[in-house]
Amino acid sequence: MTTAAPADRPKKPISIGRIIAWILLALMVVISVFPVLIVLKTALTSNKDIFTESARLWPTRPTLINFERVLGLVSPEVAQAAGGSGSTISFASATWNSVVFTVLIVVGQTFFCAMAAYSFARLKFPGRDFIFTLFLIALMIPGIVLFIPNFITIKNLGWLNTMQGMVAPFILMSPFGVFFLRQFFLSLPRETEEAALIDGANPFTIFFRITLPMAQGPLVTLAILTTIGMWNEFFWPFLIAKDDHLFTLPVALQTFRTQTPQGSPDWSGLMAGTFIATVPVFILLIALGRRVVESLAFSGSK
Amino acid sequence: MTVQSDAIPAPAVTAGQRNTRRGSQEAMIGYLFILPAIIGFVLFYLYPAIRGFTISFTDWNLLSAPKNVGLDNYATAIHDPKFWSALAITVKYVLWNIPLQTILAILLAVAMDRLVKSMFIKGLLIVPYLLSSVLVALIFLWLLDPLLGIVNIWLSHTPIGKQAFFASETQAIPTIAMVNIWKYTGFNALLFYAGLQSIPRTVYEAAAIDGAQEWSTFWKITMPLLRPVTVFVLVTSVIGSFQIFDTIAVATQGGPADATKVLVFYIYQNAFSFFKMGYATAMSMLLFALLVVFTLVQMRLLRANESDLD
Repeated sequence: MTTAAPADRPKKPISIGRIIAWILLALMVVISVFPVLIVLKTALTSNKDIFTESARLWPTRPTLINFERVLGLVSPEVAQAAGGSGSTISFASATWNSVVFTVLIVVGQTFFCAMAAYSFARLKFPGRDFIFTLFLIALMIPGIVLFIPNFITIKNLGWLNTMQGMVAPFILMSPFGVFFLRQFFLSLPRETEEAALIDGANPFTIFFRITLPMAQGPLVTLAILTTIGMWNEFFWPFLIAKDDHLFTLPVALQTFRTQTPQGSPDWSGLMAGTFIATVPVFILLIALGRRVVESLAFSGSK
Repeated sequence: MTVQSDAIPAPAVTAGQRNTRRGSQEAMIGYLFILPAIIGFVLFYLYPAIRGFTISFTDWNLLSAPKNVGLDNYATAIHDPKFWSALAITVKYVLWNIPLQTILAILLAVAMDRLVKSMFIKGLLIVPYLLSSVLVALIFLWLLDPLLGIVNIWLSHTPIGKQAFFASETQAIPTIAMVNIWKYTGFNALLFYAGLQSIPRTVYEAAAIDGAQEWSTFWKITMPLLRPVTVFVLVTSVIGSFQIFDTIAVATQGGPADATKVLVFYIYQNAFSFFKMGYATAMSMLLFALLVVFTLVQMRLLRANESDLD
């Protein structure tokens, strides 16, 4: 926006409004990050110190033992002495399962949602608005109603304890994704598509050659959101995966939530596991977030 | 910005014929494009929803065969004071959650758009959304603990003093709302921010040339052009907010003294603690009906199917 008049307005005057905006923004950043800082602090505190140091912002005796326990680098005896259950998780295998589970769903869902959303936003066919309303209504079905019948469906397909059983309900679409992309396709300027239509392009070509490239930003945004959601998805993989070789990270990390000899949650182990599990999505967000902005800025300037 | 209608070559067929052919081709591609989504929809949404609907007319404890009881479950719900109080608590939560969260998210999105270049700072604002809701609830239980929580230890040094938060009948719902505002504001701001990016910069440039001020630019250009995204955020967050469960299940279990027993938690209790599957699904259907009505009204009021760019 500052490109509007670069020559005659070299420096924006610092207004009170801008200062207030900056202060509010800084405050929001602090509020957003503070609890995560506490997660990191707790992860670096030994289970013995956790109650005596609860008021501190940084541990007096930082230790990496919790991270080593999560990664399975110490023996069960050492882990137990550090306040854990002594049972270990296969961190590498759980991470791999999480990656496969997430990537399959993100690729499938984003693509199929884009197709459906384009169809709802731009193509005319009998029953379109009725079917879209059905999708919208699906968004409102309380999740608790769907779990039991879906579990029975997967069981009848013989897909319990398999990856296809874990991804099946998500891979073809989400009502959220269809709705999300449709709203963005609606707000894209129609001119380019209409020009292509006049040049004789069919909707198929327009979708792949014009709309998808123009909607890169929203598509990557949806892909990131789906990645976050699926990376954290707990209940469904927990129901379907019975063998620990199929466990995703959130399921595997449950070990730290309940199993200590004293019966209380293994707070520091849980926080260390959480911290490690969150790092990949954060890196992804930083890496792809820039592309979202760039592609959006590009399509917006045209 | 005009369609170059004068550039169309002379049609070999009449306009009517061409439109029909294009129309049926368009319809075919339309159906083809929604096919995968439809399969997923029918298998994992429509069928289980219908299944849930049929269960709501039965008495079923998951173990023995369902027994048909007609509309009994619905009648029970209408006369169950706990159902109504759960609904009232849910509405109270939504009223705390939605306005604050949406206004904050729009402000944050504008700030992201106007002030911040750094992707890292934007990323930091999204950090709460990266954590699972179960974990977020655990973190806040830890932070707001009456004795050991860092927030209360700090508050005890101020005139405000220690607060009960989750353990107080009056504070529990606002506290849970704050926790979820913390988790979702950054996410909603990202959606608004993406929406802001899709507004053509030329519109702002024209406004700036016309001498429009920040404030009027915001109300007259930004907000109207942001409408498709606003509709999306409001509709999805209201629906999600009515279905609040995870935070309650982890942080308060409906307590203290049923002060946070929201509808989905009451449904969950009936289904998995009392094994009244029929009654639980009947209440789910009532919640579902309420959400449908609510959303259709919202869509109509916000003119969801139109875009101001057309």
